[in-house]
Amino acid sequence: MSVNTADVAKIASLARIKVSEAQLEAMVPELNGILAWVEQLGEVDVTGVTPMTAVIPNTLRLRDDVVNADPLTGGDIRDAVLANAPVAEHGFFGVPKVIE
Amino acid sequence: MRNNRSERMTDLTELGVAALRDGVASGAFTATEVASAFNAAVEAAQGALNAFIVTTPDAALAAAGKVDAARAAGQPLGKMAGVPIGMKDLFATKGVQTTAASKILEGFVPPYESTVSQKLWDAGAGMLGKLNLDQFAMGSSNETSGFGNVISPWRKGDDTTPLAPGGSSGGSSAAVAARIAPAATGTDTGGSIRQPAAFTGISGIKPTYGRCSRWGVVAFASSLDQAGPMARDVRDCAIMLEAMAGFDPKDSTSLDLAVPAWEAGLNADMRGKKVGIPREYRVDGLDADVAKSWEDGIAWLKDAGAEIVDISLPHTKYALPTYYIIAPAEASSNLARYDGVRYGLRDLPDGANLQEMYAATRAAGFGDEVKRRILIGTYVLSAGFYDAYYTQAQKVRALIAQDFAKAFETVDVILTPTAPSAAFALGQKSTDPVEMYLNDVFSVPASLAGLPAMSVPAGLSRDGLPLGLHVIGRPLDEQGVLNASLALEQRAQFSAKPGKWW
Repeated sequence: MSVNTADVAKIASLARIKVSEAQLEAMVPELNGILAWVEQLGEVDVTGVTPMTAVIPNTLRLRDDVVNADPLTGGDIRDAVLANAPVAEHGFFGVPKVIE
Repeated sequence: MRNNRSERMTDLTELGVAALRDGVASGAFTATEVASAFNAAVEAAQGALNAFIVTTPDAALAAAGKVDAARAAGQPLGKMAGVPIGMKDLFATKGVQTTAASKILEGFVPPYESTVSQKLWDAGAGMLGKLNLDQFAMGSSNETSGFGNVISPWRKGDDTTPLAPGGSSGGSSAAVAARIAPAATGTDTGGSIRQPAAFTGISGIKPTYGRCSRWGVVAFASSLDQAGPMARDVRDCAIMLEAMAGFDPKDSTSLDLAVPAWEAGLNADMRGKKVGIPREYRVDGLDADVAKSWEDGIAWLKDAGAEIVDISLPHTKYALPTYYIIAPAEASSNLARYDGVRYGLRDLPDGANLQEMYAATRAAGFGDEVKRRILIGTYVLSAGFYDAYYTQAQKVRALIAQDFAKAFETVDVILTPTAPSAAFALGQKSTDPVEMYLNDVFSVPASLAGLPAMSVPAGLSRDGLPLGLHVIGRPLDEQGVLNASLALEQRAQFSAKPGKWW
């Protein structure tokens, strides 16, 4: 499968990355080069093979159902959470208007 | 007096982790003297090598002061007491800018500390600074950093052409090779500890997936990312890995297992051990120097008492394309968090709405290689293509892991070259992404299978540049990997180091 300019524009839009027309033109052959190369996986017979989900057998743990069990990842740290925000106002993240 | 003192300070930077730790413990020198010596070496090299994104001399001195005070008070000292290290700028460090070498995180100051870095500080290590890397750890030459290339301290004789220190842990490898840090943290997704170690004549181990916590490490590909140490020799790596590893409830894939005493368990006697040589790694057109160093490694392990066994890993040729579907897929998901809202860069063009702000921010903040991988990842995960690419890749990945499992029924470790060539010049491979990806041909299969693997220096190429040998082990058998690597190290007698031109 190969991609054209319209496909790359669609992918970039899905990935929320703004690209100019010139960048689109440059990306098409690059992405096609990579896709053509990974295409060879299609020749592998994977009949009956289960897709890998974990490299080392492990079971997911459940955390104890306790409020603020780990203070680092718990609550009551609003100011620390907001400290790196480009725009923070009144204890919230600031974003451009989203409701008309 | 001044001359003697300055010579002594230079001598300190020639020491590795074990020697520094033991010297501080015995009182041969103080941790503060060690930190000062390395701080000075870092500062002197920074303009030429660009190994660090930020330096933190005060942090190194503060940690050293604590160690000296603890020793004076007769308190027990940690495994890394008095050893200043470089911290790859992928680990969140509380109060110190953490960027993943991307402009999208410039100015981000974490309010928390990664588990691995915290363990190192708890063990008495100090921080010299945050090391440069390929942006979001995506690259094999350190040329994708948003903060400039790292220049390898190695040169081809009198030729001053800047060489790649490898990647993505290129700041780490350059700093350790240049003797401006005795050791450094690295992370390895497809070879990012081992390939730079090989390029710069140092040692580095990627432990079994799950040994080191990923909490607080900027995520690239979560099913592959694993932290590990980079240092001058095998013993130093064993010491530092003990300090970094261990169960962490904050990482859902962390393995709930005790940390073995790897340093105490070091043993280079390979009698009774079987070493597998995978025939599929003898790729067409393998560099003659690399082929020769592989033969040397085989002879050295035989000399150490091992039996050499020819093995087959039939799906090897599919490892790289598998990796270049899975890693970008995971990256495209992980990097969705950089949206200009919660931290990092925001680009808000006049009149832009929220969606336009996301797109503008990500366009301005991510480098070309990062964008390329996000787009590939988005494509292979998109409706209609998911099964053909991503599911197929996960199936092939299972076959690659099965190849290794089958081989390890017969052999104890596997020996291969680390990289297909010695270090190349900066700019030499940056035009074709696929050509750059091929650098990871020998390191990626072990990553896909989550196996422990290590690179140790084997010798020099005809151009006088380091070459690495690569030892892959069974899951959780870091000891077997370290021991075979030690057997290689003792026989390689690698003592070359870059001339100090900076």
